[in-house]
Amino acid sequence: MSAVAQDNVLIGAIRKLGKVTLFLVSVLAQCGPALARPRLVIHQIYNAGARSLIIIMLSGLFVGMVLALTGIDLLARFGSEDVLGVAAALGLLKELGPVVTALLFAGRAGTSLTSEIGLMRATDQLVAMEVMAIDPMRYVAAPRFLGGIIAMPLLVAIFDIVGLFGAQLVGVQQMGVNAGTFWSQTQGAVHLDDVWEGIVKSLTFGFACTLIAVYEGYNATPTAEGVGLATTRTVVASAVLTLILDYFLTAAFL
Amino acid sequence: MLSNASGAAAAGGRRPDVPAPGSASDDVIVDVRNAHYGVPTRQIFKGLDIKVRKGRITAIMGPSGTGKTTLLRLITGLISPSHGNVVVWGNDLATLDRQGMYALRKRMGMLFQNGALLTDLDVYENVAFPLREHTDLPEPLIRTIVLTKLHAVGLRGAAYLMPSELSGGMARRVALARAIVMDPEVLIYDEPFVGLDPISLGVILRLIRQMNEGLGITSIVVSHDVKELATIAHDSYLMYDGKVAASGTPNELAASDGEVVKQFMMGGADGPVAFHYPAPDYRQDLLGGGS
Repeated sequence: MSAVAQDNVLIGAIRKLGKVTLFLVSVLAQCGPALARPRLVIHQIYNAGARSLIIIMLSGLFVGMVLALTGIDLLARFGSEDVLGVAAALGLLKELGPVVTALLFAGRAGTSLTSEIGLMRATDQLVAMEVMAIDPMRYVAAPRFLGGIIAMPLLVAIFDIVGLFGAQLVGVQQMGVNAGTFWSQTQGAVHLDDVWEGIVKSLTFGFACTLIAVYEGYNATPTAEGVGLATTRTVVASAVLTLILDYFLTAAFL
Repeated sequence: MLSNASGAAAAGGRRPDVPAPGSASDDVIVDVRNAHYGVPTRQIFKGLDIKVRKGRITAIMGPSGTGKTTLLRLITGLISPSHGNVVVWGNDLATLDRQGMYALRKRMGMLFQNGALLTDLDVYENVAFPLREHTDLPEPLIRTIVLTKLHAVGLRGAAYLMPSELSGGMARRVALARAIVMDPEVLIYDEPFVGLDPISLGVILRLIRQMNEGLGITSIVVSHDVKELATIAHDSYLMYDGKVAASGTPNELAASDGEVVKQFMMGGADGPVAFHYPAPDYRQDLLGGGS
């Protein structure tokens, strides 16, 4: 890549970052008025959260079961099957719960947000609001942004609980780990800091994924292709950003 | 006699119940002055001058792609001219902040070409939407107003249908009910007659006229349906090549000798308004084998 092309890529990235930041400031400015009308926010929590429940629970169950299978195989080599519960709980709470939920959230709720807002743009609904002297940032963007941020930690908590149940199902019911040991070891080794790390990660990922989804939808080219491309960008950017943020957050919590 | 936008005063054919354009400058509600506007691919306006007077129905006509809808976006402040001014109720839109712009827009209503109904709300809620956002009216009063407006467009019975359950014409009528629900002083119609059956078309025409005559609502109608506009418009502007090609009453435009006006009013394929997009020679293109 030539130096000029590199400069253009850099300038483009900085410009995009600036646009996202300005968009974020606009959305944050409308979060107060949006919270004053909780019906809109609750509706969006339902859209982003409740409608993602099945996929989150199903994925959590199988992630927990796989975690137990691989965990017991590894731990058995050191004669430490008793700490399977600890390994599964910490893995889910600190890492897999927030990250996998964020990736699923981006694929389910994120794409839905982007395409919905993008379609509103393409069918002049956002312009119609502007002409009616109603700020679409307040009515459309802010409630969805808040809904996503609130829904994410709830989804992560459900993912963790179902995942732990799945790990218990395989470890205790299938592999014969003692149930008392499984739960008492887990209770003893998991601290509030571990839970806190999961909460911080889920909030951060929820913030990032929802911001990307709402931004991409709001700024989508108002055509079928434009909305499709915006939806793709949402998934890709959310997934990559989630993994990058995860690295830095994990390092920060060490 | 035809005139350009800056001298839109004209003679015969006007309705006696409204003052003639140019009779007083303070009755000008919308004044587009020497507006220039372009997109990266082309220049849309090259010095556009249009005046909309209080209490009148002003028709904006022109071939496809001349920027009629873009003009409406200029008037509503959704976009700004690169050069020139758009003055609405004496306010230069370029000088207004967001609050000022919103205060101005509350006095306007706009009917979009595709209706632009909010797809997650039913018909009733779509019409009630501006009332809920801008007023603290009690629910029974909102209901009365909404049903009154829906009745006016003949869709009271469709109040609880979703936009996806409406035909194109019905959606446009719901959008009209929404546009008038706040009793605006100016109503802007973007291609209100496209795709309507004769009955709906007649109803919309009648509504535009009734709102103008009965309520004194100033109307700006963008359309290329010359026949329909001729029956309701007091003033007409014909846009071509980024400027006003002609203005006057619809009758004056119909009687014009101007080539652009004649071609447009008569629907001729030959004339200054090219039917074909610029292309290489037809014979060469066909026989060239795609080379």
